[in-house]
Amino acid sequence: MTNLTHLTIRAALDGLKKKEFTASELVGAHITASEEARHLNCYITETFDQARTAAKEADARYAKGDALPLDGIPIAMKDLFCTEGVQTTAASNILKGFIPPYESTVSGNMKRDGLITMGKANLDEFAMGSSNTTSAFGNVINPWKRDGDDRDLVPGGSSGGSAAAVAARIAMGATGTDTGGSIRQPAAFCGITGIKPTYGRCSRFGVVAFASSLDQPGPFARTVEDNALLLESMAGYDPKDSTSVNAPVPRYADAIGKSVKGLKVGVPKEYRVDGTNPEILALWEKGVAMLKDAGAEIVDVSLPHTKYALQTYYVIAPAECSSNLARYDGVRFGLRVEGDNLIETYEKTRAQGFGQEVKRRILIGTYVLSAGYYDAYYNQARRVRKLIWQDFINAYQKCDVLLTPTAPTPAFAIGENLQDPVTMYLNDVFTIPASMAGMPGMSLPVGLSADGLPLGLQLLGKPFEEETVFRVAHTLEQAANFTALPQTLARKAA
Amino acid sequence: MSIDKDTVGKIARLARIQVTDADKEKLSGELTNILTMIEELNAVDTTGVEPMTSVVQMKMHQRPDAVTDGGIQDKILANAPDKAAGFFVVPKVME
Repeated sequence: MTNLTHLTIRAALDGLKKKEFTASELVGAHITASEEARHLNCYITETFDQARTAAKEADARYAKGDALPLDGIPIAMKDLFCTEGVQTTAASNILKGFIPPYESTVSGNMKRDGLITMGKANLDEFAMGSSNTTSAFGNVINPWKRDGDDRDLVPGGSSGGSAAAVAARIAMGATGTDTGGSIRQPAAFCGITGIKPTYGRCSRFGVVAFASSLDQPGPFARTVEDNALLLESMAGYDPKDSTSVNAPVPRYADAIGKSVKGLKVGVPKEYRVDGTNPEILALWEKGVAMLKDAGAEIVDVSLPHTKYALQTYYVIAPAECSSNLARYDGVRFGLRVEGDNLIETYEKTRAQGFGQEVKRRILIGTYVLSAGYYDAYYNQARRVRKLIWQDFINAYQKCDVLLTPTAPTPAFAIGENLQDPVTMYLNDVFTIPASMAGMPGMSLPVGLSADGLPLGLQLLGKPFEEETVFRVAHTLEQAANFTALPQTLARKAA
Repeated sequence: MSIDKDTVGKIARLARIQVTDADKEKLSGELTNILTMIEELNAVDTTGVEPMTSVVQMKMHQRPDAVTDGGIQDKILANAPDKAAGFFVVPKVME
């Protein structure tokens, strides 16, 4: 039998339909692989028993010939999506033991289509972080290592468990959420693909809120086409989310294989940021050449407010976070630490329940929203956000998509970049602008660094034109032909 | 601008997070660094620019003002740290 954990979702669906293997075998192979990869700490809660039961149900449907669109495919669910009856923690002590009495719309959509959740994937606490080192349930370890260097590397963040699970072949796909780069940066660090769709495309209902005007769910997988299949399942209008957009969901996979001839690919000059790894700049040029060879027209564009995106983000995201996280008060759910009175109960609960990074962001958010500073910081940031958005609208007059690096460096070792929060924040310098503007963005692996780590490029599209992003990404994927495996898996396969 | 220890204390109080004196010192430095970065935004000319609230260019949809669920008291209380007689229980707020 073929190695089931190395198949793409598309190939697995074909195999299931042709009865080459069963969903129980497919899920079983992924459970075995997950057990062998426990040191990566991808899951906060494993749901293997439920997965086995769901696989049997999928097999019954395949036997009867009425299989669901993605029936029997094992995935990892970021532990930010509320799952009815299964602990949902947001990787925080404050939600330890929380069992949602309802299902998030996105996870419900995926269940409807037959996808099987293997576990709740680890993440940075409340999705705040770029290295998955702020989780109350321990660090996630990237399955990749530098050549000749045994140090553990970060998987990126915040959706680090999701990305590491897909890279380690313990899940065929995964869900993530992206607020400032939390899908795209871990995808790049782990050598897989992931897309943050247009803001409003996937429902935020039942997703633990961080910064509501930025948060957007999206998938991870190992190919562009698999991302298209997963996004089609996740997306759609939801009356329970007031910013959900009521537009039909295209058959995204139909965009796969279409030529990019005549499409205009913009290269924004402001993304040549100081401190970017030269290998990444070289890879970017290679990506431009690949798309040019495939018939795309390359145009130079300018996004003049790019250099202010990070600063804008670190006003708006903490401001929204301080407001959203006010609900964790030790009264209705989650941790409670008793005090002498109600106020002290709040203060002790939140002091013990939240980790350092979450506290920092709540405090900075509280500060920028406080009387006397609201206009100077918060409103100024919202004005600059408008200018960043306008930059994209202007650039898209001249091009259909933008090609940029995903992150300024490859994955770094656990503990590096910790000296100062601002150094860590720089990781998201290429992903944040599109988040501020709500534009769709995809990261895919295009090459390896000299020391053997995956490097990603990012494609940004016009609002609700994910199909164009998939089309260009698939062309780039074909040209790059990225087949490298994390070292541990490569050794096993040899 | 810098965020000194006293200011950290004040915003921590507003945010209902207990902070030790040692943490205030550390946070003062970290928050000041973040604020210094944020203040680079003052260099941007935003004259006449409306603050952006949402990237979604649409009118908020309205739903009929009707009851659509209910009778789920058990579910609502299921995760409560302390409950009694169908209510959430909190420490006494009045003597």
